[in-house]
Amino acid sequence: MQRLLTATALLLASTGLASAEGVLQLYNWGNYTSPELLEKFEKETGIKVTVTDYDSNDTALAKIEAGGHGFDLVVPSANYVQIFSEKGLTVPLDLSKLPNHANIAPEWKDVVWDPGRTNSVPWQWGSVGIAVDTEVYKGDVNTSAVWLEVPDELKGKINVVPEMNDIVSLATMYYGGQPCSEDLEVLKKARDGLLAAKPNWISMDYGATEKMSNGDWAASVNWNGSSMRIREAKGSVVYGYPKEGYTLWMDSVMLLKDAQNVEEAYKFLDFIMAPENAALISNFAKYANGIAGSEAFMDPAMATAPEVVIPEEFKAAGVFMPVCSEKSREYMTAIWTELQK
Amino acid sequence: MTPPPMSAAEAAQINASVRNGWLLSLPALVVLAVAAVGPLLIVLVYSFLEAGKHGNVVGNFSTGGWSGILWTRDIFTDSYVLADAHLTIFWRSIKLSFLTTLTTFAVGFPTAWFIATRPPKARALWLFLITIPFWTNLLIRTYAINEVIRTEGLLNLALMKVGIISEPLKLIYTDIAVFIGMTYVYLPLMVLPLFAAIDRFDLRLLEAGYDLYASRWRVLRRVVLPIVKPGIIAGSILVFVPSLGAYVTPRVLGGGKQMMIGNLIELQFLAGKNWPLGAALSMTLLIVVTIALLFYVRAANGEKTHG
Amino acid sequence: MAERRFSATRLPGFATIAMLAFLALYIPILTLVVYSFNSEVTMGNWGTATLDWYAKAWANADVKDATLRSLTIAGFAAVISTALATMAALGTTRRRAFKGQTFIYVMINQPLMVPEIVTAVALMILFGLIKTVTGVHGLGYLILAHAAFCIPFAYLPIRARLEGMDLTLETAAADLYASHWHTFRRVTLPILMPGVIAGAMLAFVVSLDDVVITEFVKSAGQDTLPTYMLGQMRRQLTPEINAISTGLLLVTIAMLTAFFLLTRKKD
Repeated sequence: MQRLLTATALLLASTGLASAEGVLQLYNWGNYTSPELLEKFEKETGIKVTVTDYDSNDTALAKIEAGGHGFDLVVPSANYVQIFSEKGLTVPLDLSKLPNHANIAPEWKDVVWDPGRTNSVPWQWGSVGIAVDTEVYKGDVNTSAVWLEVPDELKGKINVVPEMNDIVSLATMYYGGQPCSEDLEVLKKARDGLLAAKPNWISMDYGATEKMSNGDWAASVNWNGSSMRIREAKGSVVYGYPKEGYTLWMDSVMLLKDAQNVEEAYKFLDFIMAPENAALISNFAKYANGIAGSEAFMDPAMATAPEVVIPEEFKAAGVFMPVCSEKSREYMTAIWTELQK
Repeated sequence: MTPPPMSAAEAAQINASVRNGWLLSLPALVVLAVAAVGPLLIVLVYSFLEAGKHGNVVGNFSTGGWSGILWTRDIFTDSYVLADAHLTIFWRSIKLSFLTTLTTFAVGFPTAWFIATRPPKARALWLFLITIPFWTNLLIRTYAINEVIRTEGLLNLALMKVGIISEPLKLIYTDIAVFIGMTYVYLPLMVLPLFAAIDRFDLRLLEAGYDLYASRWRVLRRVVLPIVKPGIIAGSILVFVPSLGAYVTPRVLGGGKQMMIGNLIELQFLAGKNWPLGAALSMTLLIVVTIALLFYVRAANGEKTHG
Repeated sequence: MAERRFSATRLPGFATIAMLAFLALYIPILTLVVYSFNSEVTMGNWGTATLDWYAKAWANADVKDATLRSLTIAGFAAVISTALATMAALGTTRRRAFKGQTFIYVMINQPLMVPEIVTAVALMILFGLIKTVTGVHGLGYLILAHAAFCIPFAYLPIRARLEGMDLTLETAAADLYASHWHTFRRVTLPILMPGVIAGAMLAFVVSLDDVVITEFVKSAGQDTLPTYMLGQMRRQLTPEINAISTGLLLVTIAMLTAFFLLTRKKD
């Protein structure tokens, strides 16, 4: 018992988080950070990066806000970038320490959620569209009708990812509105549409990469990078961009206010904005990265993939998820609860 | 029975016994107070505050969280209506958890009995066999079940080969799948306490009962059940309550189409960003379970005294 | 002892049900093991047999660290919670009912009554505060949180064992002027042991399984195997996880075999 108590005391006391030089604590989405990238970074700088995983923006936000987390960098999506800086959880970047900041592609340099890119640097970006197995369904895939007015071929075979913001937004756009809509007419149509469509969905789950590759599902509302991986496993799968509107997202790296390893964090931020390093990130997770010139270092298959490079004709329909107002979120939550009751 | 009037010495002995009771329980109570019960006070307080803009709470008193459980503003008519979605979700959770508890008992009792009646050495082996699958964690186990019961999975293949069915059963992504998954996951939580209760029990009692020409089932009902009751109580609490809050199983096996209470509360704390409502829902669940538990324990103990 | 006429071992159907239960418990596990040798990434598609995932899991420092961390936490949590639960069970059974007994009972079972997400959020707030004030991180918080929710899992089987346990032996020992401690160690504890073992095993696997509380309490660099998997779930679970789970199973079985061989020798 005595020994046990001593051991417990030791464990309680051990910080486990050396703030000594040469370490960096990255808080990122699971299975999202290229091990090759971290290896290369450690080789060049001697800094060892520890990655800890999260599985939703909301979890990350809640944990960082609670404090005492010990992380240096976090990788929230665009709409959460604003929330993090608004709440003062992150600090503006000292651009003089980031010479590679100049590598950010022009269209990502001055974005609505981070004007002038002073708070965040790009990690990866992509879209939420529809992956469809054309062996099962041969009609038009570039429309949300595929999942909202499910064609007979896909009934009971289509999955919808359980992402409240994206799904309700896709639905409001299909019925003529915008993401985070507060328009009651549109919301009502969206709710009725979703409720009517749900019996035709097989599930509302993650894991499309696996379940479409093995044929469990014939279609799924899905992320573009995952859809590319499905196509690589099953050639008949195509990725559709709903012409009524689809959501775009970008995950960006931010420096936390209570970061312990600030210098190391800057080195890492600058490192990932070098085109050859940004390409490593993309090659691992199969999403584009927003750094000009990185295409040259990417897998050739990726540089031209229709899932990664949005075809010109569909560009206009893509909308970035904004920060939703409290009112619109209340609407969304009510619709979502109704949908999953 | 009424205790006879006691002497001073007896009273002192009882006092000491009570003191020991508290002293022995104290360390557990302290750990629980710090890491389980105490933090719940935070949740209680939060349930009476106003929701923050992006999650969390702000320090204004509000009963919005509590009224939000039963009443919801219909977003389209702007009038307050009964939150039938919440009630539906509560009801489904209770129903599924109850079924799970019954089934784990129906399967778990014979299993525990079987283990308890093996020779001592083999007994330990069987007991370990029950827990070994649980060395792989919940998520991977749930995925493994998914693999077995999916439309082109092992179960359907086997049943079709044997000729019991001609079309694959559509189990996956249904309530039945959730129920199968929960039964699988919680079975050991039923077997272990049942085993502990059966094992301490002298089999000679059974023989005595049998010698009195009672039938097997009568022996089971009249002799075995009362003695094994603490195990049944422990097992059903261990199964029923965690299944009420189950979270991973409905998501993976139910295909996430229908929420259980755990998922609803998570929605409010995370994507919904309505912490007071999440807190109030949690408290409601806690109250419901506590009341049920008190009734259950009281009823079970009450029967024991005249049993 | 007289020849048993009522054969408790041969209740009709019981053995069959038990065998079916064991079968049902092991089929998914076997599936998991088989697929850990599959060259394809997705379960359900069989490629060729391979040991690649074992090599990958072994080379993957994250997976290895997470597994070790899970085992460490579960080990500490099981020992602590079983010790505390045994004491509490001794304190709340086999004595005249006293005021506050119900209170203790409710307190002990409380972690069972709240969905994990609630305890998780509450602990995140409380521990976040403590971590900020003291600047101390470390695994201690996770161990404490796990020990707390493991207590009822350890307590209930032990209590079930204790209730109605025959007092005569202990009284006899006490009459022989054995000390309390001696009576406990030599008489009570051995009778209690099956309950304690059942409790400790439950506590261990319950801790090993925990996702939600760990996800919210962990600090930087404290991923356990379940939270590591949760992070992967949204994208894709790799068969490395199957490999590591199979590895864990093998270690368990090896440990148990050793345990049985050793105890056999002692007899």
